[in-house]
Amino acid sequence: MNARPVLSAFRQALQEAWAGGAGIFLPATFFAGAAVLVPLGVGVDNALLRSIGPGILWVALALSSLVTMERLFQADLEDGALDLWLQTDLPISAYAAAKTLAHWCVAGLPLALMTPVLGILLQIEPAKLPMFAAGYAIGGIAFFFWGGVGAALSASVRRGGLLIALIALPFFFPTAIFGARALQAGTATSPEALYLIASALFSLSVAPFAMGAALRLAAD
Amino acid sequence: MGMLSYFANPARFMRLSNWLAPVFYTASAVLIVYGVWQGLWAVPKDEVQGGDIMRVMFIHVPGAYISMAAYGAMAVSAFIWYVWRHELADVAAKSIAPLGAGWTIICLSTGSIWGKPTFNTWWQWGDARMMSVLFLLFLYLGYMALRAAMDTRQKAARASAILAMVGILNLPLIKFSVDIFSSTLHQGASVITMEGPKMSAVYLWPLGLSALGHTFLFGAMVMTLMRAEIRTRRAGALRAQHLAGS
Amino acid sequence: MAIERGSNVLSQAVLTANGLGVMRGDRTLFTGVRVSVCARELVLLRGQNGAGKTTLLRLLAGLSTAESGKVTRTAPHHWIGHRKGLKPHETPATHLQHWANAWGVEPDMVHTALEAVSLLRAADVPTGHLSQGQQHRTALARLLLQDRPLWLLDEPFAAMDDSGVAMIKSRIEQHCASGGAVIAAVHGDYGLTPSQEITL
Repeated sequence: MNARPVLSAFRQALQEAWAGGAGIFLPATFFAGAAVLVPLGVGVDNALLRSIGPGILWVALALSSLVTMERLFQADLEDGALDLWLQTDLPISAYAAAKTLAHWCVAGLPLALMTPVLGILLQIEPAKLPMFAAGYAIGGIAFFFWGGVGAALSASVRRGGLLIALIALPFFFPTAIFGARALQAGTATSPEALYLIASALFSLSVAPFAMGAALRLAAD
Repeated sequence: MGMLSYFANPARFMRLSNWLAPVFYTASAVLIVYGVWQGLWAVPKDEVQGGDIMRVMFIHVPGAYISMAAYGAMAVSAFIWYVWRHELADVAAKSIAPLGAGWTIICLSTGSIWGKPTFNTWWQWGDARMMSVLFLLFLYLGYMALRAAMDTRQKAARASAILAMVGILNLPLIKFSVDIFSSTLHQGASVITMEGPKMSAVYLWPLGLSALGHTFLFGAMVMTLMRAEIRTRRAGALRAQHLAGS
Repeated sequence: MAIERGSNVLSQAVLTANGLGVMRGDRTLFTGVRVSVCARELVLLRGQNGAGKTTLLRLLAGLSTAESGKVTRTAPHHWIGHRKGLKPHETPATHLQHWANAWGVEPDMVHTALEAVSLLRAADVPTGHLSQGQQHRTALARLLLQDRPLWLLDEPFAAMDDSGVAMIKSRIEQHCASGGAVIAAVHGDYGLTPSQEITL
């Protein structure tokens, strides 16, 4: 298989997602807003915030990953670009993986990089924050790829945002559980951290094929 | 494959279910009534597990097992349809989903009813089995919502088949993750263990028969829903033929 | 774009399809459709609105699957449908550059293709601001980027002005003359001389 079409798809998806800087704006604001809303909701007890802070960020990350999912494949479906990709010499699951990865680069990785700042607001110990950011980055991959499955299945549905959430959220469970436990355990080599990485790798290996099948269906 | 094709014929299914469904209904009625009688009156109460309220176990445990087995059956049907395109498999998957969801809700609500007086909580996060069943409920709801959102029957079948297969692949992972997560209210496995059943026989028999009764009821209701779906599709085809002919 | 073709290609079918049947829900769109196209053939697909021409072309292109029947293509193909695959913020130049890149075509083909469809003047205008005819020209330019034997065209003359119609007509005739094959769904007569006509 030629790598050229995949790289081309990835590059174009990156450009589209970035959209001159606008593409990062919505997920980032949503993420920050959700994280900041929590102290307003639960009160000013620093000890409480410190203990639930990492979990809050997991929830905010999961929700933020769904915020821009709707347009991930719908745009290409509606303007006929998906039809062109289906006829190009690359497996459609590779196209789907490239798009989702590009989307994560623009709307997922930056959020993980924001977590140190938000973590300080939520009273998390600063020393742990860089490692936490790595955890959120890895967990975010799983969220984006399962979200992508929801997006691909709902690509032909108008206003499919809610449907995407309903489909994808159950698949977030393992990553959320492992992620929270991994951050609690605190080291990069704990069993929970390895399970977190494994859940991300699992999503990378299963989700693209489901997305490919769903996109072939959507174009049909 | 011959056997699969044999069973894939809708007309044959209609003839089979015509007598099999009532048989299942009868069997299930007998077994469930027996199980309820045993559960409510005949067996002694177990104070450790909550006194009289633990009798709800005879509905709760079958509920849990049916909800999980049903998802497996649904995923297998979806796979069979996806590969061999036997229409009956799609009808089966579509019919199982709401019933599986129903038993999931029965399991969760009887679990809450049991939990509140016994452990003083309607719900306990971190309980592996309850979380697995909750996860299953979301899977069923997602499946049904996806089917409903597609505009044609063929697309609904394809999309939901993909989702069911992804779901079944995730199921071991979710079970593993909730086990990691949990400090559980549930007793450890007491029916299926390496040393044989740990539950005392006085509970085991009514429980087993009750579970069997629920299984027959589930099977009968699936057949009923499938028969209704087959008739609906036939009516649609006839109507379309009529419109095209005129 | 002259193409060298061996003589054995003349008798070989570029595309065959048998017993194609499509259902939408409970409605049968068409059944038992047969298509067989060899090199140098121009096939016109006709039928009323809603007869299934677009669906059939998508089946032949491999974008859809039929409930019954099989499609066999023995040569690479280009397909142009109703939606041209253009992104609003792209310009014709960037659009062609992207696909040239994806298909492994040399970058100077972009200029050649744009020139062939008379879009050089508008090459740097975002496609969102182009007229429908100009968007169709962009799609046609994409088709000219890479030589593939089989063309599947869904209403190629729609929204085209007289010069556009003439350009497309001459391109189609050239393509067939040099050994390619074209299946086009059309309404109306554009002075083409088809080898076959299929009416749905």
